[in-house]
Amino acid sequence: MTTEHSLLVEDLTLGYQDRVVVESLALEVPPGAVTVIVGANACGKSTLLKAMSRLLSPRGGHVLLDGERVHKMPSKEVARTLGLLPQSPIAPEGIAVSDLVGRGRHPHQGMFSRWTREDDEAVAAALVATGTLELADRPVDELSGGQRQRVWIAMALAQRTDLLLLDEPTTFLDVSHQVEVLDLLTDLNRSMGTTIVMVLHDLNLAARYADHLIALADGGLHAAGTPEQVLTPETVEAVFGLRSRIITDPVSGRPLMLPIGRHHDASAD
Amino acid sequence: MSGSAIDTTRPHAAPDADVVAAVARGRRGRGRRRLVVIALLSALILGGFAVTLMFGRTFYPPADVVGVILGRDVPGATFTVGRLRLPRAVLAVVAGLCFGMAGVTFQTMLRNPLASPDIIGISAGAGAAATFAIVVLSLEGVGVSAFAIVSGLAVALLVYVLAYRNGVAGGRLVLVGIGIAAMLQSVTDHILDRAAQWDLQEALRWLTGSLNGTTWGDVVPVVIALAVLAPVLLARGGDLDALRLGDDTAAALGVRVDRTRLLLIVAAVGLIAFATAAAGPIAFVAFLSGPIAARLVGPGGSLLLPSALVGALLVLVADFAGQYLLGTRFPVGVVTGVLGAPYLVYLIVRTHRAGGSL
Amino acid sequence: MVETATPEGAAAVRRPRRAKGLWLLLLVAVLLGLMFASITVGSRHVSWPDIVAALGGDTEGFGRAAVAKRIPRTLLAVLAGAALGLAGAVMQGVTRNPLADPGILGVNMGASLAVVTGIAYFGLSSSTGQIWVAITGAAVTAVAVYVVGSLGRGGPTPLKLALAGAATSAALASFITAVALPRGDIAESVRSWQIGGVGGGTFDAISQVLPFLAFGGLVCLLSARGLDLLALGDELAAGLGTRVAAARAGASLGAVVLCGASTAVTGPIAFVGLVVPHAFRMLIGGDHRWLLPFSALGGAALLTAADVLGRIVARPAEVDVGIVTALIGAPVFISIVRRHKVRAL
Repeated sequence: MTTEHSLLVEDLTLGYQDRVVVESLALEVPPGAVTVIVGANACGKSTLLKAMSRLLSPRGGHVLLDGERVHKMPSKEVARTLGLLPQSPIAPEGIAVSDLVGRGRHPHQGMFSRWTREDDEAVAAALVATGTLELADRPVDELSGGQRQRVWIAMALAQRTDLLLLDEPTTFLDVSHQVEVLDLLTDLNRSMGTTIVMVLHDLNLAARYADHLIALADGGLHAAGTPEQVLTPETVEAVFGLRSRIITDPVSGRPLMLPIGRHHDASAD
Repeated sequence: MSGSAIDTTRPHAAPDADVVAAVARGRRGRGRRRLVVIALLSALILGGFAVTLMFGRTFYPPADVVGVILGRDVPGATFTVGRLRLPRAVLAVVAGLCFGMAGVTFQTMLRNPLASPDIIGISAGAGAAATFAIVVLSLEGVGVSAFAIVSGLAVALLVYVLAYRNGVAGGRLVLVGIGIAAMLQSVTDHILDRAAQWDLQEALRWLTGSLNGTTWGDVVPVVIALAVLAPVLLARGGDLDALRLGDDTAAALGVRVDRTRLLLIVAAVGLIAFATAAAGPIAFVAFLSGPIAARLVGPGGSLLLPSALVGALLVLVADFAGQYLLGTRFPVGVVTGVLGAPYLVYLIVRTHRAGGSL
Repeated sequence: MVETATPEGAAAVRRPRRAKGLWLLLLVAVLLGLMFASITVGSRHVSWPDIVAALGGDTEGFGRAAVAKRIPRTLLAVLAGAALGLAGAVMQGVTRNPLADPGILGVNMGASLAVVTGIAYFGLSSSTGQIWVAITGAAVTAVAVYVVGSLGRGGPTPLKLALAGAATSAALASFITAVALPRGDIAESVRSWQIGGVGGGTFDAISQVLPFLAFGGLVCLLSARGLDLLALGDELAAGLGTRVAAARAGASLGAVVLCGASTAVTGPIAFVGLVVPHAFRMLIGGDHRWLLPFSALGGAALLTAADVLGRIVARPAEVDVGIVTALIGAPVFISIVRRHKVRAL
């Protein structure tokens, strides 16, 4: 079912008013993989994600989806291929879970078109996949943070896109729910081949879940590659201005970053 | 861990038929309530319409009223019902539909029940323009309407342009609107203050909204505006629902946020301006209809049609009450305006209990 | 590494205080100049000898009588302006909200409705009675708007407060119309409660309202330190030893008394309380011990200037000061809205 879509960023410059946030950035999203973008606060991670999903028009350069400029394509057509879950979506007051998930069908519906069996199937499948089926008729307001995040992911799944972009899907979640959400996204990638691009705050979770890791610094690409290639003391120093040691995570075998501060440094002296 | 069974092995696989059926049943159940409410509101409007035609200073039996509507000549009723009550009742319904639909468009689009056109300057713009046209330019009838309509659109455009900075954020639009409204209100006040020949009572009456002395000439433009603009809004109902999830989410779902918002604004302002030119800015109908409709329909479905119907019912009932039930004859806008205040209190109590947001 | 303060460092911190003192002197000079202009300039030209004679108490002739009427008018503009500027600064501090203003929050409209209702139904005529009624109306409205605006997620955001205020103003305006419409006999006096003006100022009215203004002003000025702490957020303020609820209630009481009392003599005047504290916050920063006196003087200067302007622009007619301040203030309001980040609104 999955066709592999290519997503490319060429010479991209982004900004707000007089402030340039991202400058001449070029990168490639490997199809069928989980890509994670990391970087210091305000380095342009979210801005980049917005531009890639055509929410923000670039100052220069372009984003290419299957070789076409994403900002020139019809918006519903883009929305059928590429989904985005923003950092703080708004749930209308009192809306039921399955109605909210049903909003993900919007790009597949015409102006006056009726709800089809395919729409119901997509919603049901998304509810099952995210383990929210038993919540289907409950109001979203009543859910816990972890449940709510799963519902939003279900909405993005109901959109049935082959590419899914997520802006910090684990913020405001405690650690068990963070792992739950990232596992869910990995399942989606492994079983459906959905290409996933997400911004994450936590370097170690990023290294664990990424097939492809991108580190941004000062509005430009600092490093990109496998977590082993990217997560080095030099990168951490350059991107976050922090000294660190990298060891191998005994659980996952991926690199694990240990920060070095001014205190509690056993290797000092 | 939550312990819920997550079947993530087949995210897009076709789920069991009974699961799909259960999901569809839940959706249809919520949709049915909406249809029932729409049917009920329509019936009430028809009933109210009939009552306002029959009752008043003099009572005319249904047979006479039907006769007049069919064009027969019924002594007394032909004038009272045909020339006075019928255009008035039709304008009440049509203007109510306009206000209700435009109001809920703004409230939904800006995700705030307080962000209705009567609060963010659109009605103030049309009102100031009409006052200017009547007092300073000595215009009448169609001239006043045209002036109010053009100004309502101009004010909306001005608010939109002033609120524009990397796209229009709902919050900024509302606040700019409040600022513009304050300015226009002071212009209106000043014009009225200077106008000796213009009866203050009469001006106040127009500015709160009134259906007094409605003729078919007032009604026809509003009907045409409704026939043209309401389908535009209804066609955009899906986009409007998507906007409720936040601008970014809506854009991710394929809505062209800025363009859609501009289209919705122009259509809604058109409805407001035509209705205002005919009936004055009937206070709070745009503000009240959407939230009342939302209470009736429940969350989920589109509110455009239910809200329009609530608006029509509100104006119809408030006008009848203002004329015959309150002792002194009050214009409809005073009745609806005074209704708005307890609603604000209700909003406090309800939101407090639900812990939701305004 | 905790560094100890050096004497030079302390001096550097203190230096701006001298600059603020100079600004304050300049502001007083500007205010005096405007007061002088307010007495000498008007819709009627009056010769210098007549002005001097009128200031000496001679009210013979049209010119001298006109000047004699300008003296209480000027005094009222100064007092009401100071009250509104001060109340605006306090409200912005209490609500931590850059858009708080007695006009925008509907507080002045509440005072108006209370007085109009009193006149129409309860035969309210004494000016002291009107002041009490106005203060009560202002207080009830302020509390109601604050409660509506602070419910729901995120507490009292500027957007929610401004909307709650605008909705309340609209509802109150309907009520005023509903009260006034059946009563043609009081329509004229009701009109003066819809448009703010200082033209009707008399020494008698001023003396009635002065004790209230003095009380409110004192309470507000004394709340400066509490407002500085509230600016850090409720939790932090409590952590620094403030009794948050008491500090907020005290400051609000002062502001409401100021609004109610000044509205009782001038009618609703919007935007003075918004514009003035904003201008001075840019000039001297957010320290309320400086900001409050600056806002009072600045409000007085702005309202006096607006009144003089209203007398000049439409000669021989006059534009009420409430209209002038709305025309000046609304663009400032919009520019503030544009400057702030949407998230902060």
